[in-house]
Amino acid sequence: MKSTGSVGRKRAKVLAATVCLTGLLALFVMLDLAQAFINLSFQDALFALFGYGNETHIIIVQKINGPRVIMGCAVGAGLGISGAVMQAIFRNPMASPYILGLSSGAAFGAALAMSFPISVIPLFVTVPVFAFIFCMVTMFLVYSISRVGGRVPTETLILCGIAVGSLFSALVSLLTYLAGDRMMGIVFWTMGDLSQNGWQNSMIVVPLILAGSLIMVARGRELNAMMLGDAHAKDLGVDVKKVRLEMLISSSLVTAAAVAFVGVIGFVGLVVPHILRIILGPDNRAILPLSMLGGAAFVILCDYLSRALFADLGILPIGILTSLIGAPYFIYLLRRRRHEVGWN
Amino acid sequence: MLKIEDLHFSYRDKPVLSGIHLNIVPGEIIGIIGPNGCGKTTLLKHLNRNLDPAVGRVLIDDTDIETMTKSDIAKHIAVVPQSNEIHFSFTAKDIVMMGRMPFLKKFQGETSEDIRIVDESMKKTNILEFEDRFINTMSGGERQRVIIARALAQTPEIILLDEPTLHLDISNQFEILDLVKKLSDEEGVTVVIVSHDLPMVVRYCHRIVMLKDQKIFAMGTPEEVLTEGNIREVFNVDAVLEKDERTGQNTVRVFGSCTNG
Repeated sequence: MKSTGSVGRKRAKVLAATVCLTGLLALFVMLDLAQAFINLSFQDALFALFGYGNETHIIIVQKINGPRVIMGCAVGAGLGISGAVMQAIFRNPMASPYILGLSSGAAFGAALAMSFPISVIPLFVTVPVFAFIFCMVTMFLVYSISRVGGRVPTETLILCGIAVGSLFSALVSLLTYLAGDRMMGIVFWTMGDLSQNGWQNSMIVVPLILAGSLIMVARGRELNAMMLGDAHAKDLGVDVKKVRLEMLISSSLVTAAAVAFVGVIGFVGLVVPHILRIILGPDNRAILPLSMLGGAAFVILCDYLSRALFADLGILPIGILTSLIGAPYFIYLLRRRRHEVGWN
Repeated sequence: MLKIEDLHFSYRDKPVLSGIHLNIVPGEIIGIIGPNGCGKTTLLKHLNRNLDPAVGRVLIDDTDIETMTKSDIAKHIAVVPQSNEIHFSFTAKDIVMMGRMPFLKKFQGETSEDIRIVDESMKKTNILEFEDRFINTMSGGERQRVIIARALAQTPEIILLDEPTLHLDISNQFEILDLVKKLSDEEGVTVVIVSHDLPMVVRYCHRIVMLKDQKIFAMGTPEEVLTEGNIREVFNVDAVLEKDERTGQNTVRVFGSCTNG
């Protein structure tokens, strides 16, 4: 039958994209795991990962590269899916953790927790908790300021996100000056760094991001209906208020977890879902999980490049690379795809 | 059978509906008319609990919809909303498939039965040939047919249409309403239409509910409701219901506003 064919074709396309992205992710993960100041082959890296071979290799792969790669995958997946969900609930392709200022809000929370440590509670608890609180604060701030009569126009949403984001970035900078030795430098907070983490932080970040993502993926169908408009979704039996609140909270949680220990890595949540939508169409049941895969692949690739490109000079902050790719794409979105973005 | 009992609703202390009683009979096409702000759309929104009444009840087959979940209601009642502008590039088929949402559990994919129902709905509304076209590249009439197909895919007993012909050209207006009439005749679907378009309502509806000042002003067959006096009283226009010689059907001729005349 012809029509079963069209559903089948769509499923085949999604499957093909899944296979491609998994392959790319695996390749980038191996590149990044084998990235070192000495010559390390894929094979050496793979052996070392499971504890075989040269002791230096094992240390490099398990102690240095391993935690960074895991953290990078989690952060990329989290930023990718959060961006996709925000674009769906704001019905706006420009929404993302970075553009809406949420990453900066979360970074401020994390920086605050670091600069004023509470002696009885360890940092690995206070940092993500504060990041989450301030991420939520930013979300509701941006959401309520930019909402005009039940609608969230692109202009106000983005301007508001930029304004609130700048405010929190400035506050983070202030904190780094006031409490310099207790916390990471400004470069860490504004351009991200995956390498400051051991396994312990990953153990916190990975489950948080997986749990939040699962909640979001489970709502793919409802999000599709909400992209048509609240009235459509309600008529199709969706409890719009409940789903929206659930999505605002879980995307904030995931963004906070993604920012708390690695700082702000920009544009992942904007670029990845958007490219996937161009290839696969807007169905969130495919876009959300694939944004996780794509986000992870994008972040790990950028991490690898940031180390490999100018290896003689040192390591670039990863955010430079994601922004170098993401910012032009953002401008392209504004110019080329105006009608889709709702600017006319 | 859809029953509305003593419905009251206010918006920010301003009464919008007060004391509405209405029985909607299975299989009928019923039109709700009235001037701007008389509460037509508000009434429609109460029928599928898009709004909750301040006082009163809405019953589907004697079950208070207050006790039903939103997706259970969507299994009985489908809506074709007033504005159907959609900015994302879902295909026509994606949109119609959403009509099966109320029947699916979390993570459950569409079954072959769902796909069959969707294909059937698209066939009835004559949109099978553009199932792969994007909704945001379609004309208003095409889009309206996709949304009606989505409503059919919900396999509802009742379809609510809010100003179904508002943004359509004349030929599309007839096409859409002929389609609705056909569905009502052939499938026995109950149809509730909110509209400003008196000639259209007269032509297609079995029964008309005329609202004025938050209340039902008149209710009955088009001939009973659309008398010269009622139209003047409710719409402040000079108009008559008459049988058109050429089509043999009722129509409304509007001569002008009563204020200037």
